[in-house]
Amino acid sequence: MATALNRTRPVVYASRSYASGPKQMTVREALNTAIDEEMSADPKVFLMGEEVGEYQGAYKISKGLLDKYGPGRVIDTPITEAGFAGIGVGAAYHGLKPIIEFMTFNFSLQAIDHIINSAAKSNYMSAGQISVPIVFRGPNGAAAGVGAQHSQCFAAWYGACPGLKVLVPYSSEDARGLLKAAIRDPDPVVFLENELLYGQSFPVSEEALDSSFSLPIGKAKIEREGKDVTIVTYARMVDYSLQAAEILAKEGISAEVINLRSIRPLDRSAINASVRKTSRLVTVEEGFPQHGVGAEICMSVIEESFDSLDAPVERIAGADIPMPYAANLERMALPQIDDIIRAAKRTCYRSAPKAAAA
Amino acid sequence: MAAWFTRSGNIAHHVKRNMGSFLRPAPTLSDSSWSRSPACLGNSPALLWAGRLESTRAQKLVDSDSENDAPLRDDDQAIDFPGGRVMLTSEMQFIPGYPQQRVHCYHLMNNDGQTNMCSSFEQVSKEVAVKMYSDMITLQIMDTIFYEAQRQGRISFYLTSVGEEAINIASAAALSPDDIVMAQYREPGVLLWRGFTLQEFANQCFGNKADCGKGRQMPIHYGSKKLNYFTVSSPLATQLPQAVGAAYSLKMDNKDACVVAYFGDGSTSEGDFHASLNFAAVMEAPVIFLCRNNGWAISTPTSEQFRSDGIVVKGPAYGIQSIRVDGNDALAVHNAVRAARQMAIHEQRPILVEALTYRVGHHSTSDDSTKYRPVDEVKHWEMGQNPVNRFRKWVERNGWWSEEDESQLRSSIRKQLLQAIQVAEKMEKPPLADLFSDVYDVPPSILFEQEQQLRETIKRHPQDYPSDVPV
Repeated sequence: MATALNRTRPVVYASRSYASGPKQMTVREALNTAIDEEMSADPKVFLMGEEVGEYQGAYKISKGLLDKYGPGRVIDTPITEAGFAGIGVGAAYHGLKPIIEFMTFNFSLQAIDHIINSAAKSNYMSAGQISVPIVFRGPNGAAAGVGAQHSQCFAAWYGACPGLKVLVPYSSEDARGLLKAAIRDPDPVVFLENELLYGQSFPVSEEALDSSFSLPIGKAKIEREGKDVTIVTYARMVDYSLQAAEILAKEGISAEVINLRSIRPLDRSAINASVRKTSRLVTVEEGFPQHGVGAEICMSVIEESFDSLDAPVERIAGADIPMPYAANLERMALPQIDDIIRAAKRTCYRSAPKAAAA
Repeated sequence: MAAWFTRSGNIAHHVKRNMGSFLRPAPTLSDSSWSRSPACLGNSPALLWAGRLESTRAQKLVDSDSENDAPLRDDDQAIDFPGGRVMLTSEMQFIPGYPQQRVHCYHLMNNDGQTNMCSSFEQVSKEVAVKMYSDMITLQIMDTIFYEAQRQGRISFYLTSVGEEAINIASAAALSPDDIVMAQYREPGVLLWRGFTLQEFANQCFGNKADCGKGRQMPIHYGSKKLNYFTVSSPLATQLPQAVGAAYSLKMDNKDACVVAYFGDGSTSEGDFHASLNFAAVMEAPVIFLCRNNGWAISTPTSEQFRSDGIVVKGPAYGIQSIRVDGNDALAVHNAVRAARQMAIHEQRPILVEALTYRVGHHSTSDDSTKYRPVDEVKHWEMGQNPVNRFRKWVERNGWWSEEDESQLRSSIRKQLLQAIQVAEKMEKPPLADLFSDVYDVPPSILFEQEQQLRETIKRHPQDYPSDVPV
């Protein structure tokens, strides 16, 4: 219990005891401290969802928060996504700032009417009279062996809807900065996390540890600079893309990896600036290919930088099937590092077959 | 059946709050399972929740703590399951799904406007009664004229509240301006009562530049932040969980106000209805769920909508105190809503009010109800159980209204409405800039670019741009 309580204090204190070197922080800690600090700074912020309180969060993201803020601000809900999403919107209508946690975004489908028709459209439909400063967050995309109804990536679905902001953090710094920005934002934000990233550790800067830290919404980050091909991706695929870039570098291809951080608004200027530099583009996402994020990015590049392209845009996405359970099948249904490498090579005219098994 | 009412009796006792104070009283016999208030939390809103948090843990302590309950020794009598102690019985009895006798309907005034001498209720003052009646007439005339305007092709859509004027106006009159209204769509009378002008109604229906909704929504989707009436949303029952959330916000702010969520019989089939009632009870939110059970959901009669004894019986299923009231009786509606409001705010709990009535009009201008129900039935309600006529008789009996007042008011309202429509129709539509605003708090660059592109296109091809839409 003592360790848990220690963890809930803002990490700022912990960092002062380190002599030097970047602090390591897991994405889980990043999210926990971000919520903690924002709840501490603004009494209107509260957290609501299944198991967020007594259970400390289905994935322990809200560990310690119930003890610190009480059941009035960390609310365990009955099992009704439609119910608590709608309640969150109503609370936001009247000036509170709810953070609604979905155990996974797959379950957000039971609440999607409230996310789209209530949250996203209210400010517009009411002509600015009703604003909805709400954050919907939770794990999104594939985990490991959880099957079709627990593995879908919803970035493209929510990204299509005007009125929403859709964020996709990768590292701990992304998680902290973007979640803080989302909580402070007056618009409804869909915050797509990833279960497999929760336990991963990343170095975080001093600046990121400060409680006033936040990242701008709508700005991508260039994770690795390069000059031969642009790889645009988000969330867990950033990790795969960076690993692919390492391998490509050894073969003489310098890949620039862009971590989108935000699906809506999409940082089209960063993507296009990079493509105008490299002339080649590969998009990588876990989600289904049709109407995916990559399709939108490709169109944006055609609209703005067509003349710069030296090769067709390559789109890497998950397989067009509901996610299978068996581990070997699951692996084949998701993009792997090899797929990214082959795609990058194809854009560089280094011929490589498209199919992995060919 | 008896079990239900015992439970709701317990709830009535369990949270007695002093005005302005949130300290829980000492445990009493009737709130044995709810009474543990952790002393550590002090005088803060968090204390409100102490009982809720504790009640789940408290089940284990339920007998050991209360001095008035007999210690459990005999497994033949009762068992402490999670959720509380239940008495055992060796007689197998299924609770009937439908009662032998339906829940009674609260009713004060008959069709001749006479009240029962035995019934006691808080009197409505002359001023309030005259305003109520005038607003009911205004609503009737507004409905008639806007409906005709739609038929003439001047507005695209309309939906009337004919037959439900008492529910609209009498309930509104029982509320304070601070109470938040989350309506479905057949409650413009509430907005009217609060001061929305005929011109404002017309502006919204015509979607012109004076519409405070900036022409964003189809007709009858009114909203006014100033009057605490949230903009109408089309999905049914969507306003119910929102109402609970807004009520929670009022609770956290410790406000002397509640939320009133209106909805029809059809909406009670939606998942949102069940989630909201359940949640409101668990969160102890100050919200009045007011159901207009008018017998029809477009062409679906209530017999095909649910098989329970109406809506009122669903309240106790969620732990909510409920009442059934004659929706065509303005005095009964007024009194019931006033009482409901007191309970919702002072006891911090949800209340369910089922107002029985009849939808005299078609569902909307897109519906022709003669296709699915007999005209005789409609006539019976329109003539025989008319809420406006009934209230008029009561007001006249008190000497507060005359024939002359009636004809003066009717012609005045009619004139004002026709004038409002003329003005609204002629007024310019909202400007182009309003197309892109309010999607987000601050317009993102991509919308700004789209607006620039559109303006350039208009400049290049002015002949293709409509003349009555300002740039």
